[in-house]
Amino acid sequence: MTASKPTRPAFGTPAALASGIILCIAGALFSTAIAGDVAILNTPTLAAAFGVLAILAIPYAARRPAHPFLDLIFGALTGVCAGLLVPVAHAHAGDARFGFWALVIGFWLASWLFVDRMAAWKPGNPGLVRAVNLLIPVLFGATLLMIWELLVKGFGVPKVLLPAPSEIWVRITVSTAILWADFQQTFLKAVLIGYALGCGSAFLIAIAIDRVPFLRRGLLPIGNLVSALPIIGVAPIMVMWFGFDWPSKAAVVIIMTFFPMLVNTVSGLAAADAMQKDLMRTYAAGYWQTLFKLRLPMAMPFIFNALKINSTLALIGAIVAEFFGTPIVGMGFRISTEVGRMNVDMVWAEIAMAALAGSLFYGAIALLERAVTFWHPSTRGGRA
Amino acid sequence: MLTGSEIEDGLEDAMRHPDPVIDIAKLSLTFQTNDGPVHALSDIDLAIEPGDFVSFIGPSGCGKTTLLRVIADLERPTAGSITVNGVSPEQARLNRAYGYVFQAAALYPWRSIAKNVALPLEIMGLSRAEQDARIKKNLELVNLAGFEKKYPWQLSGGMQQRASIARALAVEPNLLLMDEPFGALDEIVRDHLNDQLHQLWAKTNKTVVFVTHSIPEAVYLSTKIVVLCPRPGRVYDVIDSTLPRERTLDMRESEEFLKIAHRVREGLKAGHAYDD
Amino acid sequence: MTDISLSSSPRGTSPFTGLMSGTTGPVAVVVLAIFAIWYVAAVGLNAPFQQELFERAGRADVPMNEFVAATLAQDRPVLPAPHQVFIEIYETTVEKNITSKRSLIYHSGITLSSTLLGFLLGTALGILLAVGIVHSRVLDKSLMPWVITSQTIPILAIAPMIIVVLNAVGISGLLPKAMISTYLAFFPVTVGMVKGLRSPDIIHMDLMHTYSATRLQTFLKLRLPYAVPYLFTSMKIGMAASLVGAIVGELPTGAVAGLGARLLAGSYYGQTVQIWSALLMAAFLAGSLVALIGVMEKITLKRMGMAR
Repeated sequence: MTASKPTRPAFGTPAALASGIILCIAGALFSTAIAGDVAILNTPTLAAAFGVLAILAIPYAARRPAHPFLDLIFGALTGVCAGLLVPVAHAHAGDARFGFWALVIGFWLASWLFVDRMAAWKPGNPGLVRAVNLLIPVLFGATLLMIWELLVKGFGVPKVLLPAPSEIWVRITVSTAILWADFQQTFLKAVLIGYALGCGSAFLIAIAIDRVPFLRRGLLPIGNLVSALPIIGVAPIMVMWFGFDWPSKAAVVIIMTFFPMLVNTVSGLAAADAMQKDLMRTYAAGYWQTLFKLRLPMAMPFIFNALKINSTLALIGAIVAEFFGTPIVGMGFRISTEVGRMNVDMVWAEIAMAALAGSLFYGAIALLERAVTFWHPSTRGGRA
Repeated sequence: MLTGSEIEDGLEDAMRHPDPVIDIAKLSLTFQTNDGPVHALSDIDLAIEPGDFVSFIGPSGCGKTTLLRVIADLERPTAGSITVNGVSPEQARLNRAYGYVFQAAALYPWRSIAKNVALPLEIMGLSRAEQDARIKKNLELVNLAGFEKKYPWQLSGGMQQRASIARALAVEPNLLLMDEPFGALDEIVRDHLNDQLHQLWAKTNKTVVFVTHSIPEAVYLSTKIVVLCPRPGRVYDVIDSTLPRERTLDMRESEEFLKIAHRVREGLKAGHAYDD
Repeated sequence: MTDISLSSSPRGTSPFTGLMSGTTGPVAVVVLAIFAIWYVAAVGLNAPFQQELFERAGRADVPMNEFVAATLAQDRPVLPAPHQVFIEIYETTVEKNITSKRSLIYHSGITLSSTLLGFLLGTALGILLAVGIVHSRVLDKSLMPWVITSQTIPILAIAPMIIVVLNAVGISGLLPKAMISTYLAFFPVTVGMVKGLRSPDIIHMDLMHTYSATRLQTFLKLRLPYAVPYLFTSMKIGMAASLVGAIVGELPTGAVAGLGARLLAGSYYGQTVQIWSALLMAAFLAGSLVALIGVMEKITLKRMGMAR
C-alpha cells in the first residue's frame, strides 16, 4: 500500500477480474449457449453488448489507470448486458448451456469490477461520497438479485423450490389486497401496539426501579439473563390466554421487548459520570431536574439501542406467534399456510414485505436516533 | 432565600467588618474504606475573607480537592465546624451561594454553549429574559461572545473550560470554587486563562478558592496560598502574598514572586519529607 | 466517593447488610418474589375454572385452603404452579428412559444438537465474513451494509419455508434446522468480530508497520488477540439466537421431536404443564450454554493475560 508507486498499478484485483471477463465473453461468443446448438451470436444485440463490454475491459486488464468516466460507462453497459440476458433466460428456461453460463459469470465479474472501481474512487465532495457509499451496497444487492434470477431460470429450478425474483414481484403486484390485510393485522396491530406497550412500560419501570438500588441490583442480572432466553416460546401460552386474534401476538411482543428495554434503560440511567452528578448537586437540583436535564439525555444512546434491537424482535415475535394459531389473516399465518400449499412465491412475497417493513421500521428509529443523539460521538463520527 | 440586593447589602457589610466568607475550625474528614479508615482531612483551621483569592496547593492525596468539596457540600466532614457565607455548606448550596468549576469542563454535549450556561439558571427557575441577559453578560466576560450556538465538541479545550467558568459565574455567586480548572490544558493556554481569570477576579471582586498543583499558577493568582500536606491531609503553611493586587504576567520574574514561590516549594518539600 | 461519605449508616456492620449490598442477596430476593407472584397468579388465574368445577360438583362453600390447593393441582391449568412444572420436568427427565419419546432429555438433545451445529457453522461463517470485511474495502463497502440490513429482516419468518423446501429436495433432519440457527448466529459474530479486529489502536498498527509486518502477521499478532474479547461477547448472543432458531425450526415439521415440537404439541392439546416444562427446559439450556461460553471466556482471557 505504501510502496513507492510504479508507473503502472500492480496486477491486482481489477486486472484479474477484467481478464476473467474477457475470457468468459470470448468463450461464450464461440460456444453453445442454449440447448439445441443455439449460439449467442444468434441474438445480435446481446452479442454486441457483451462484445463491447469485453473491449471496454481491455484497459483494465492491461493495467492502464482507468478514469472514473470510463468506470461509469463500463458499469452502465454491465447493467444493459444483464437486462438483455434476462429475456434470453426466460425464453429458454432450463435449457442454458456453457455459453449462457459463461455470460452470467462474465456479468458477475463485470459487476464486481465496477464495484471494486467505485470503492477506489475518491470524490472530494462529501455529498458525493455518501451517494457512492449508498450506491455500492445497492449495486451489490441488485447483482445478487440478478444472479438469483439468472440461476433459477437458467437451471429451470421449479417454482415450488425457489421462485425467481421476477415471479415474486409478479405475485406481490397481484396480491396487494391480501398483503395489505396481513400487514395491517400483524404490523399495524400486533407489532406496533405490542412494541409501544412493551418499550413504554419497561421504560417507566426502569425509572421506578432506578430509585431503589436494591431492586436495581436484583433485577439487572435477571433482566440480562432473560434477554438471552428463548422468550418466543411463551407464544403458545399467550395464544391460550388471549385468544387467536392480535392481542395474544401483541402480548408476545410486549414480553419480548420488555427486558432489552429495561436492562438498557437502567444501564443508561447509570451512565452519567460522578462529575456531572456533582455539578447538578452544586446547583441544588432536585431529583426530577437531574433526571430530565442530565440522566435521561445521557441514557438516550442506550434507550435507542434497545429500541433498535426491539424493532426486529417485535416483528419476529408477532410473526412466529402466528404460527401457533391466528384468525385467517396475518403475515405469519400466510407464511405457514402457503408453505403447506407449496405456494412458495406467496411466502417470498410476505417475506419481502416483512423485510421491507422491518428495514423501514429500523430505519425510522435510526433516523430518530440521529436527530436525538446528534451530540454523541458515535453519531457525529468524531471522537469523544 | 436571600434576594440579590440582600446579598449585596450583606457583602457591603462584610467589607466594613470583614466576616470570613468561609470559616473552618477543627475540621476533619475520615473515609471508611475496605482497607480501614483514611484520614483525608485532619484538624483544619482556616478563614477566607471576602475578596480573597485563595489557592490550595499540595501534592496529590493531600486533600485539597476534598477540602474544596467539603466547602461545596459535596462531602460531609466527620468532625469540626464549617460555615460558608455564615451558614452551613448545605444551606449555602441550597442558596446557590457559590459557582463550582471542575477539572474538566463537564459541559453537556447535547446543549449548545448558550444552553449550557443556561442550565443552572433553568434549575433556579429564572425567567427567560433574565436567563438570556445573564448568558450574554457572562459569555462576554469570558470572551466567548459569538459562540452561543456552537456545541461543546466544536470548541477547543480552553474554550470549553471558559464556557464552564461562564456557567459558574451565571449563578452570580459571591464565591467561586475552582478545582484545578486548567490542569488538563497546555502551558500557553493556561497562562492566557490565568491572566483572564485574574482580570475577571479583579473586575468582579468575587472570593475565589482555587485548587492547583502548579506553584507559578498559585503564586501568580493568589492573595493567600494554603499549602497542604498528606497523610493525614492538613494545613502545613498559610502564606499571605506580598504582591500587589494588580498582577501582570511579567511579575513572575520579579524577586518578590520568586521568594513566595520558594516558600511554597519549601512547604511542599517538607510535607513530602514527612511521610518518607 | 460521594455516596459513601453521605450515607449515614456505616457499611458492613453485619454479614446480612454485606450480602444485601452485593448482587447475590437482591437477586435471591427478586427470584423469591417472582415465585411468590407466580403462585398468587396461578391461584388467581385458575380460580374461575375451579369455581365452575366445584359448582358442577354441587359443592357451594369449599373451605379456602382446600380451594387454593385445588387451583394449584389442576390437570390443565391456565397457569400451572411452579411445583407442578418442576414435578413434570422431574418425571420427564429422571424417571423416563432417555431414548423414550416422552423424555424431555431426548427432546432437549435434539434441539441442542441442531443449536450447536448451527452455532458452530454460524460462528465460522461470521468470523470468515469479518476477516474478509476488515481486509477488503470492496467487501466492507458492499457486504457490510447488507449484513446490517439482514438483522432488520425478521429472518425467522423464513424458517418454515426453509424446512419444507429442503425437505422437498430430500434434505431433512438436523441440517435445515441448523441452517436457521446459522443464519441467526452469524450476524452478531460478524458485527462483533469486525469491531474487534478493528479495535487495535493506531499506535499499535503503526508499531507493526515499523516492523514491516505482513498483513498475516499483523492479523495473527495484533488484530486477532484484540478481537478475542469481542468474539466471546458476540458468541454469547449468537448462542442464544441459535437456540431460538432451532426451536422455531422445529415448529413446521409437524411437531415430531425437539423442544419446539413439545411447545407446539402442548399448545395443540392444551397441555399447559408440558408447555411450561419445555419452556423452562429451553431457558435452562440457554442459560447453561451462555454460562459455558462465559467460563470459556474467563479461562481464555486468563491464559491470554487479559483477565481483569
